[in-house]
Amino acid sequence: MKKIAVIGAGPAGIEASYILASNNFEVTLFEKSSSPLSNILDKAYLFPDFSSATELADKLSAKLLQKNIQVVLDKEIVDIKKDGDIYKLIDKEEKSHIADAVLIATGYTIFDAHRKEEYGYGIYKGVVTSLDLEKMIRHKQIFNSIGDIPSRITFLQCVGSRDEKSGNNYCSKVCCVTAVKQAIEVRKALPDAEIYIFYMDLRMWGQGFEELYREAQEKYDIRFVRGRISEASATFDGKVQIKSEDTLIGQPLKMNTDLLVLMAGMEPSQGTKTIGKNCHIGGEYQFISSQGAHIQDNLTTMEGIYVAGTAKRPMSIRDTLTDADSAAVQIMMDLGEKL
Amino acid sequence: MAVNFGYSISTTRVINFDNCDFNLLHQLEEIVPSYKRCLNCGACTATCSAQQFTKFNIRKIKSLFTSAQYDKLAKELDKCMLCGKCTLVCPRGINLRPAIMNMRKILSNK
Ligand SMILES: Cc1cc2nc3c(=O)[nH]c(=O)nc-3n(C[C@H](O)[C@H](O)[C@H](O)COP(=O)(O)OP(=O)(O)OC[C@H]3O[C@@H](n4cnc5c(N)ncnc54)[C@H](O)[C@@H]3O)c2cc1C
Ligand code: SF4
Ligand code: SF4
Ligand code: SF4
Repeated sequence: MKKIAVIGAGPAGIEASYILASNNFEVTLFEKSSSPLSNILDKAYLFPDFSSATELADKLSAKLLQKNIQVVLDKEIVDIKKDGDIYKLIDKEEKSHIADAVLIATGYTIFDAHRKEEYGYGIYKGVVTSLDLEKMIRHKQIFNSIGDIPSRITFLQCVGSRDEKSGNNYCSKVCCVTAVKQAIEVRKALPDAEIYIFYMDLRMWGQGFEELYREAQEKYDIRFVRGRISEASATFDGKVQIKSEDTLIGQPLKMNTDLLVLMAGMEPSQGTKTIGKNCHIGGEYQFISSQGAHIQDNLTTMEGIYVAGTAKRPMSIRDTLTDADSAAVQIMMDLGEKL
Repeated sequence: MAVNFGYSISTTRVINFDNCDFNLLHQLEEIVPSYKRCLNCGACTATCSAQQFTKFNIRKIKSLFTSAQYDKLAKELDKCMLCGKCTLVCPRGINLRPAIMNMRKILSNK
């Protein structure tokens, strides 16, 4: 039986492991944390259908019960070396693990909003990230900086994405619809709050996204302002003052808000960056680069090493799972096992 | 002889791209290529010091310049103090100060 090593137990790594193991490959799945799916379990409900993140995590975790999958937790892989037809995965403790092929599924990490100092994350209490808000939604506790129910909540798109100053010119793809999703959740929790979304462009590319945007306007009374917030500052009463331009009117705008939610983008995880660098398969922005934009999108430039999911570029869970399926098929074809 | 009815035909508000002179824009874009990358987000206007006290709107001036609507822009641009705050916030990394200086220069040579 051929041995495949999969790095990263996120949706991509789990899905591909499951397909490969179901087709008579022996899979070892390495995960650096003490449990899988950390980037799913930090969310409450998922776009586009508000389904529960925990339920999805349970369904994905159940796939790991498949025979032929061995999950190795607390194991961080830092390098891969080719030795003839064999691949040696090197972990942080410098031990090596052998495989016939390797799939990199080391995923993403959320942009560190401290880096956009002008928005005051970590300085003003009223400034939070989308991930912080996700936690508040999960615990059903949405409070402002002084522990009161917020009367105005403002979202800002494209924090750390589409921003040359952060070094990230790309679009993170998930934050536009996440802001709309979260705004609706906030509306359900706080029927009387004013809710604003400041955007540069609204990218409603997926099935059902545009409809969610319409609903947000009509049914949930979310206000959309086209302009990028240039900076935030604190007020004496614990609020956050923001400055922007209403670009459609062509006039500067300022307002106070109880909470400013920064829609932080996606960056390659540390694991993605390290492996990309050590194996010389990292590309722009340190995501792993694939061979082709259309076909061969699961092949890296190193033979026998494959890539799936957000280790490659920002994508949604559905796209990640589809990509993982396609990576598994590619590995099966290349290693000569029949589907 | 024309009869004066007491009113006249108002000049059209339509920007006619067929009659616009884009030469000045092209001159500017050659000197400051990053100028082309603007996505009209308005962060420059939001942060601008001059905007606080006058009707000055640097993003709008850029848009007008880009659509070859140069009338009155020279006078407007005089309100800029060249402080450079706009350059600091621009997500597209546009070199705004030299863009403004060269807009002034190009308009004065017009
Ligand atoms: C704010 C936010 C909200 C989102 N909400 C949604 C949503 O509602 N719906 C939706 O469809 N998508 C959503 N997404 C996107 C979703 O999180 C991703 O599509 C998905 O998690 C990608 O899965 P992945 O397997 O590619 O990567 P990840 O989920 O990042 O998994 C990678 C795994 O690899 C592990 N790892 C990393 N490095 C190493 C290493 N060196 N060795 C071993 N293991 C390693 C990590 O610990 C992790 O477990 C959201 C994203 C953000 C930022
Ligand atoms: S998805 Fe939306 S918020 Fe996120 S980077 Fe792209 S345009 Fe900006
Ligand atoms: S901040 Fe930059 S991109 Fe935004 S409107 Fe101003 S010049 Fe254009
Ligand atoms: S350089 Fe001019 S346009 Fe830019 S912020 Fe300063 S005053 Fe405003």
